[in-house]
Amino acid sequence: MPGAIETYFDKLERTRVWRSIFRSGKGTSTLHNALAIQQNVFLHLFPTKVRKRMLGLGATWYLGTLTLGTFIVLVVTGILLMLYYHPSVPRAYSDVKDLQFVVSSGLFLRNLHRWSAHAMVFLAFAHMFRVFYRGAYRTPREFNWVIGVVLLLVTLLLSYTGYLLPWDQLAFWAITVGTNISSAVPLIGDKIRFMLLGGHLVNANALLRFYVLHCVILPLTAVLFLAVHFWRIRKDGGLYVRETEPGVTSAEKQLSNQEQGSR
Amino acid sequence: MTPPKDYSAEVNSNMRVSQRRVLFVTRRTSPQVKVYDEERVQSSPEVLIRALLAVECLIIVLVLMSLFFNAPLEGVANPTNTPNPAKAPWYFLGLQEILHYFPPVVAGVLIPGMLVTALIIIPYFDINIEADGLFLKNRERRLMLSMAAAGALSIFFLFFKVYVALAPTLIVTAFVLVAAFSPPESSGRFRRYLALRPIFWWIMTWFLFELIVLTAVGTFFRGPGWSWVWPWRS
Repeated sequence: MPGAIETYFDKLERTRVWRSIFRSGKGTSTLHNALAIQQNVFLHLFPTKVRKRMLGLGATWYLGTLTLGTFIVLVVTGILLMLYYHPSVPRAYSDVKDLQFVVSSGLFLRNLHRWSAHAMVFLAFAHMFRVFYRGAYRTPREFNWVIGVVLLLVTLLLSYTGYLLPWDQLAFWAITVGTNISSAVPLIGDKIRFMLLGGHLVNANALLRFYVLHCVILPLTAVLFLAVHFWRIRKDGGLYVRETEPGVTSAEKQLSNQEQGSR
Repeated sequence: MTPPKDYSAEVNSNMRVSQRRVLFVTRRTSPQVKVYDEERVQSSPEVLIRALLAVECLIIVLVLMSLFFNAPLEGVANPTNTPNPAKAPWYFLGLQEILHYFPPVVAGVLIPGMLVTALIIIPYFDINIEADGLFLKNRERRLMLSMAAAGALSIFFLFFKVYVALAPTLIVTAFVLVAAFSPPESSGRFRRYLALRPIFWWIMTWFLFELIVLTAVGTFFRGPGWSWVWPWRS
């Protein structure tokens, strides 16, 4: 049977329609592999080739990849949750209760969204510290580090705005505590708080604003900055490599020593 | 050893008149220009498969967590019933812990603002260029300066009774002292490691340590009225 499936895919990949969609065509040659990256609207952000030693777990711990993974899980589960949720008071709370007890797999869906959100915050922090300790923020990657800091803040805001949506005691008071801090900003503090909440208290207006921030504005911002973040990796010469990192052959080390000596 | 030039430079911006173009790759603009080659692999499929595998493992872990642990859901929001303590999400509990000691304008605005600013300027900060061990040069002077900084921080924390932040500061200071008295050729591996740590490594490690301790204290060790509680005695 595997043979039959293979021939079927083989035929499919040779059809005119398939080739009109995937322009790189069929094959496993270097050219085809390169085209598979370059001619894909999503993958063209990434480099066609990477240094072999960056594939190992040791250098990056795949923390950036994993952060992206949690983001994808969050988008998928988030969209599914949106199908059941009304951002209004008190409907929001009963919708979450329904998810918990009535909707098929609703509890699982909410759990997955919640734990992925925590994981994303944790992984974003871990990614940042890993990048710092490897020194991967140095020239010419300065600006990508700054984009990373922006993405960390967006991640925190995404998680924080999502925190209010269940409209339970935990949500209400966490947001009350947080937004009270914003009124400590000199001069414009109360105005900022009013703008965030759409009122002087955490109420239905605040829920709607946080919902729009959580489901539209912040995810779009995140996607935009993510695209730049990935594209800059390629433009800045791929993932950062340290001389001391494993995988450098002695010949390569010798060469780099000579290079430094001749400077 | 450069071969004699058999060409002359021509400056002409008209594409039709002079069709040759010379590209100058100046330093710091393209790191892809390397003197030596390194073994490279195709992103497709080598990286894609590994990334997919990593994300799949992550999803398995998250799914297992979601099957065995339920997301918290308390009673419906009630503005007239304040829980004690009212806690922010865990990643803000470090800040909430600081808020306990300092006025909101300091703990809620000034400190977070300074943190974000510090994070953004890290790559533009010239001190980062020198990645040598902190005490490899000017040892006496640097030891004096770092002890003065640690002392000032400790007195500041003592003055405001921020013992939670004082403890990590003292521990990191102890390791700085070990580093100062460990020459790079020390016998112990750990001491050699510490001796080669540069200044920004020490600052970031102190920050990371504070972040972990403050967040953990805010999460597990704070009860009603933000008083100290032991999590195992509830």
